[in-house]
Amino acid sequence: MSADNPLQRSSRWLHLPLFVLGLIFLFPLAWLAASSLQPREQVGRIPPQWLPRMHYLEEDGRSIRVTPPESVGSDQLLVEPQAGPDSGRRILVSVASYQNGSITQSVQVADVVERRTFPAELIQAVPSEFVYVREWQISKYGQTQPRQFYVAPEAISISIEPVLGNYTEAIRALTAGEASKRLPIGELLSRTRWPWTEPEAIGTDITFLTYLSNTLVVAILGVLGTVISSSLVAYGLARVRWKGREALFTVILATMMIPFPVLMVPLYGVFRTLGWIGTLMPLWVPAWFAGAFNIFLLRQFFLTIPEDLTDAARIDGCSEFAIYWRIMLPLAKPALAVVALFHFLFAWNDFLGPLIFLTEPDTFTMALGLQQYQSQHGGSEWHLLMAASLLLVLPIIVLFFFTQKTFIQGISTTGLKG
Amino acid sequence: MNSRRLTGLLFCLPWFIGFGVFMLYPMVAALYYSLSDYSVLLPPVFIGFDNYIELFSDDIFWKSLNNTVVYASGAVLLSMLTSLTLALLLNSRVRGMAFYRTVFFLPTLMPVVAGSILWMWMYTGDGGIINTFLETVGITGPAWLADPRFAKPALILMAVWGAGHAMVILLAGLQDIPEHLYEAALLDGANWWHRLIHVTLPMITPVIYFNLIIGIIGSLQVFTQAFIMTGSTGSPERSTLFYVLRLYNVAFQDLRMGYACAMAWILFILVLGLTMIMHRTSARWVNYER
Repeated sequence: MSADNPLQRSSRWLHLPLFVLGLIFLFPLAWLAASSLQPREQVGRIPPQWLPRMHYLEEDGRSIRVTPPESVGSDQLLVEPQAGPDSGRRILVSVASYQNGSITQSVQVADVVERRTFPAELIQAVPSEFVYVREWQISKYGQTQPRQFYVAPEAISISIEPVLGNYTEAIRALTAGEASKRLPIGELLSRTRWPWTEPEAIGTDITFLTYLSNTLVVAILGVLGTVISSSLVAYGLARVRWKGREALFTVILATMMIPFPVLMVPLYGVFRTLGWIGTLMPLWVPAWFAGAFNIFLLRQFFLTIPEDLTDAARIDGCSEFAIYWRIMLPLAKPALAVVALFHFLFAWNDFLGPLIFLTEPDTFTMALGLQQYQSQHGGSEWHLLMAASLLLVLPIIVLFFFTQKTFIQGISTTGLKG
Repeated sequence: MNSRRLTGLLFCLPWFIGFGVFMLYPMVAALYYSLSDYSVLLPPVFIGFDNYIELFSDDIFWKSLNNTVVYASGAVLLSMLTSLTLALLLNSRVRGMAFYRTVFFLPTLMPVVAGSILWMWMYTGDGGIINTFLETVGITGPAWLADPRFAKPALILMAVWGAGHAMVILLAGLQDIPEHLYEAALLDGANWWHRLIHVTLPMITPVIYFNLIIGIIGSLQVFTQAFIMTGSTGSPERSTLFYVLRLYNVAFQDLRMGYACAMAWILFILVLGLTMIMHRTSARWVNYER
């Protein structure tokens, strides 16, 4: 081939648009990971920052993790009144209101606001350049009161440090029982109510693992059902020669046009009659009755397997089912993997189905559990929402990297034979 | 009945049962419910076409239909343009193609729930990462999900983020184009643009057509993003109250199952009609010769 053939010319300049577009596409994922590793106080700050920053205060040679410094504003005094509304609490007062071991405060007595004087102990002077920090606690479920400090800004040091503990905090946050949220994470998870646990069993809780196991039950039973039922039907359409199979295939393809929302209201009625509402069954049982898309994929694959193979078996007296089970299924492994993968992904990501059919929190899937948590804590706790979202997507990304070829080939074939 | 047909039908039995129980019966039941007053708790009462008559004079119904059409047009067109651009770029013998393909495909793996929460966080008006970025280039960003003019565009942009799926399909189509077509075009003196217009695009029209159908049917069903990001009322000012969101509210919040079923049937007829129109007109622009 000649070097000046434009079809063969390497196109190095295309790296620029690809690189820029790649950055744009990765941007949300990067922000997801970055915010999931930030301390609670950093999330929601204006302007947002990418790197997780942890603040430290040196005290008696020890480093204490503290919250980001807040400015004090003006010269003040930190005092501890011995009486009055703030008795026993440390408060900031203006320099003028403290004189000779007592402070003057406005106190409301009935409807009247009076100026009164209370004895108070001077703790320290807080010049305007000082900053205020609290001892940092990862969990908002902690019970101890954080210590508070007024110090010179130089006493605070910053280090870039990811808060991996956000992930355990997210798991804690997704737990339903308020009391259990305070337990150590191992103990908390050991109280998990599994799909096979008696409902409302004493000493159990709905935890992250409840959602995870529900999702896995729906996904695994669904994958099994889809693979078995779709391959049966695909075999009947592709390898058994009977009149009417083409017509039936057309009808099956046509059902792909029926949107789920069209069916969801009457389906709810069907599942209610069957007594399945509030159980996981509406989410996996239908998978055992072959979906159009998977039948289509497997039929196309079965058609590519040479007839000679199955004809020989037929002459040997094999039943159709034996041919399907012993010859076709082992040969169709790559296509079955695609079907299994797609269904797993669907079950893992599905939201509308669980939203409608799962009424009991102990049957919630991960997607639904996350949404429920979000709807209660939306607008705050973004670090935990991001950590939980990352926990939801991470298994899928790991799965993708192990099965990338199957994935890409599966998606590619769906479009080409359509 | 001969035995081969019996065998064939037996293999197809799972589909027949599933179709009957989870599709045909619900469809027929929905048609009956759509002509009834039905709240699940009490048996349906036949009321004729009242639900449909009420629907057509229901402003919220039209609003939700309008929102959905605007969203679907924007999302389908922009996603198609983006996925086509990406596929064409990746098809140009660029080194590291597999790496870039993975990069563009990754976002499509994001579960909708997680993706919605992430974009909600990014679309925060004050101090959101997108507006902060816009600020650095001198643009004052809108309040996105809180602004009725920007809520739909925000959801459309989020849909474009998932263009990687169609890109993979298009890329496979592009790589299926026989090399000799390009060589012939080259001999005729066709430049890059001519090859794109006269060889590449005509050859992948079947794939584009497939993606359009899938994209349209999918985006007419948009629900989860809006439900999570802007709430079940489709705020602000009902600007993200999409068809299925409205259907969900009517069915499962107002418990007006009959009314919801009328909406469901209209959606079905819309999807069916659109697909048929696409199919009819496809003969004019889709090239099935290989």
